[in-house]
Amino acid sequence: MLKAENLTVLIDNKKIVNDVSFEADEHDILMVIGPNGAGKTTLIRAIMGAVPHSGRVFLNGTDIGKLKPKILAQKIGVLTQKHQPQFDHTVYEVVSLGRYAYKKGFFGELSREDKEKIHQAIMLTGIQDLVEQSVLTLSGGELQRVFLAQLFAQDPKLLILDEPTNHLDLQYQIVIFDIISEWVKEKGRAVISVVHDLNLVYSYGTRAILMENGRIYSRGNVKDVLTRDNLKSVYKVDVAQWMQSLLKNWSD
Amino acid sequence: MYKEDEMRINNKNKSNTVLLYIIASVLLFIVFLVSISAGSVGITLSDTIKLLTDHISDSGHNLAINESLKTILFNVRMPRVVLAAMVGAALSVSGAAMQGLLKNPLAEGSTLGITSGGALGAVLSLTLGIHIPVFKQLGLAITSIIFSFLSIVLILSLTYKIDKGLSTQTIILTGVIFSMFTSSLTSLLVTLSGDSLKQVVFWSLGSFSGRGWSHVKLMLPFFVAGTAVLLTLSHELNAFSLGEEQARYLGVNTKKIKLLILALVSMLVGISVSVSGTIGFVGLVVPHITRLLAGPNFKKLLPLSVLFGASFLMLTDLVSRTVLSPRELPIGVVTSFIGAFLFIYIFYNYSNKKSR
Repeated sequence: MLKAENLTVLIDNKKIVNDVSFEADEHDILMVIGPNGAGKTTLIRAIMGAVPHSGRVFLNGTDIGKLKPKILAQKIGVLTQKHQPQFDHTVYEVVSLGRYAYKKGFFGELSREDKEKIHQAIMLTGIQDLVEQSVLTLSGGELQRVFLAQLFAQDPKLLILDEPTNHLDLQYQIVIFDIISEWVKEKGRAVISVVHDLNLVYSYGTRAILMENGRIYSRGNVKDVLTRDNLKSVYKVDVAQWMQSLLKNWSD
Repeated sequence: MYKEDEMRINNKNKSNTVLLYIIASVLLFIVFLVSISAGSVGITLSDTIKLLTDHISDSGHNLAINESLKTILFNVRMPRVVLAAMVGAALSVSGAAMQGLLKNPLAEGSTLGITSGGALGAVLSLTLGIHIPVFKQLGLAITSIIFSFLSIVLILSLTYKIDKGLSTQTIILTGVIFSMFTSSLTSLLVTLSGDSLKQVVFWSLGSFSGRGWSHVKLMLPFFVAGTAVLLTLSHELNAFSLGEEQARYLGVNTKKIKLLILALVSMLVGISVSVSGTIGFVGLVVPHITRLLAGPNFKKLLPLSVLFGASFLMLTDLVSRTVLSPRELPIGVVTSFIGAFLFIYIFYNYSNKKSR
């Protein structure tokens, strides 16, 4: 479905993303993992053409660098890592901006379909009690769900998520990924997600890319990527041992 | 079922919005009447209304009213007041647009240094004698617009070099420093060209003193075109106010729209500066108050800023010419007095919010 070829991002003569190629198929939840500074967020920006880069990205065979911004937004939606609203828009206003890509004409009012999609997105993310609130009054987790709702309202085929469970407590981390794995089951859909929590990667990922210093260290099925040696080498920590000692806390 | 939450939100908002538009329009009308009536030669409101209705219906049966009053009303006060209204609207709507574009509640013509850049352009064209035959003032206006545009591009690229995140503080700091630099150049040029101190004051604090219909005619097409196009960009500005990257992912053609907004803002600010000098903080005060009343949605914020901005500058012009009558205060004294306090207030709130 999505195919990235030789993506490289050069910032101040440093290769933040270095010759990265990968593929994500229909129904995939491709997890992008790696330590801080590995180039995960920049990789997302490169896919979306939001940063000067070389290499190409194809969605179902179409070079997305050639798509108009609105068409691209109808096909791929991105959840960014940081949300710092400055103005007190209501939650409903922020979610309905997800329909921007479908607007026609100058004053484009929301159509019936727009309103339905917005409503579905609000219900799906469970923010129906917040719709009238100002986004400035929300907690980090609520804000994250509002922007996730905006993304669902945008109704793209491919979701690219940059730490979607950031700011969310354990319960909502699971809720969000349950929603996402339901969402991806429909025809022609896929998800690419940057995630730090390896538990989530194991539980929900179908494939994984492990990044280190802008390069792909390992890629493939989750089990093959998240080996004890790979993690130890990239994270400089014996993750397996750490997890095992953590689990001992609950063994009776 | 989606109708429920939509109706819940919309019904309340819609009636509020209609009410706000009515209030803003009535206010505009009242302020206009009071502004053309009040002054060193007072005209009673009823006389003003009589003169206006006579003028519209073109019947001259109120000849009892002094001819000179008529001249004062139609040829002295009205053009001045109309011009103040247009400049107020232009500065306010462009301030609101910059705040959305840069996701920065403190951004506007004067805090970003666009007005002083425009003034430098205007003074340069005056001292170098650039003008287009027939429309003498057009050359001045166009250089002012071009310099406004160059200023904002320069300020934004300079800020980007210093701080890639284009943070609120860095933009404003760059704007203020740029503004100080260009203002001193402007004052230097005016002084060297042998013009009076009055000219220096005009370009640094603004004034509508002695403005006539020719200025109104000059400004009108730029004002109408700039404002009309800006009003169509409310969805894009809403998206930009969540951040440029977010706007891009929502499908906004950020490069194109950003350039268009910067050009429109430069046009509105530049033309305002060329007819009335630099009047500070209007684009900060009016959108801020409008946001408090109507919320930050640009669909309402832009048109209401036009209406409130017009009233605001007509009122401040009225204050500036009546409070020390027969002497006139430069209008920038009044707007900056209000604006400076509001700036500190917004900045204080902003910093507190961030550290929370």
